[in-house]
Amino acid sequence: MSLMNIFDIAGSGMSAQTIRLNTTSSNIANAESVSSNTDETYRARQPIFKAQLESAMSGHPFNFSATQLDAGSGVKVQGVVESDAPLQMRYEPHHPMADEEGYVAYPNVNVVEEMANMISASRSYQTNVDVMSAAKQMMQQVLSIGR
Amino acid sequence: MAISIDKHFGIHQHALELRSQRASVLANNIANADTPGYKARDLDFQSMLQARMGEPSDKLTLKTSNQSHTSTLLQADTISGLKFRNPSQPAIDGNTVDAQVEKTEFARNTMEYQAAFEFLNGKVKSLLSAIRGE
Repeated sequence: MSLMNIFDIAGSGMSAQTIRLNTTSSNIANAESVSSNTDETYRARQPIFKAQLESAMSGHPFNFSATQLDAGSGVKVQGVVESDAPLQMRYEPHHPMADEEGYVAYPNVNVVEEMANMISASRSYQTNVDVMSAAKQMMQQVLSIGR
Repeated sequence: MAISIDKHFGIHQHALELRSQRASVLANNIANADTPGYKARDLDFQSMLQARMGEPSDKLTLKTSNQSHTSTLLQADTISGLKFRNPSQPAIDGNTVDAQVEKTEFARNTMEYQAAFEFLNGKVKSLLSAIRGE
């Protein structure tokens, strides 16, 4: 029953957007986490989204039948990667974490970018919730058939 | 004078099923609105409904003996009966989902689902009143 699929699909979208919101909040919280060692400094993290196909899960790599549709089964988070962008080196010689030359390594988090990410993630989450509630209404309607 | 319930329901049962499948295709587009490289998909409602009704479509059908065989001639833009949407503007990450288009299509599909349901419900009710003889 494909209406049941919608719950899985919208649910996968919601969980993916939650992970995105989690990484965003982690990035914003650590935007000022300094260290004297560039290897230990926090780096911005981003989730990688990937579309998931129904036929890939059922063992048939390609399903060409005209009556059975492969709508796909939502989105999954393939992993979380750290940004390669250069760290911000600020000259603060009196900072306790400053290195021998007086530089402090600040994370490569772009707070403006993260805020835009946050808004985009919460909007996508809302859309998925709307889709799920519409599917729920459609199912409830079918249950009342003949009444 | 047997009444065939299948015939009585006619096109509406197929329409309702197809509408619910289209809803899951559109839901999948919305869930993948932020996936890089994802191509938005949709189904050709008219030709799919014709295929469901058992009417010969304009395409030749091939004989199949295995689930992974194809029954229609393959088209480059068609996989599992779904077609790819033409993007209105390109995105740098290769994603062709337009969230506004998908949302309006989903809302329209839900309304058309409700219409198909009302027709089917009327059929069921008329059968019930015939059985009761009221």
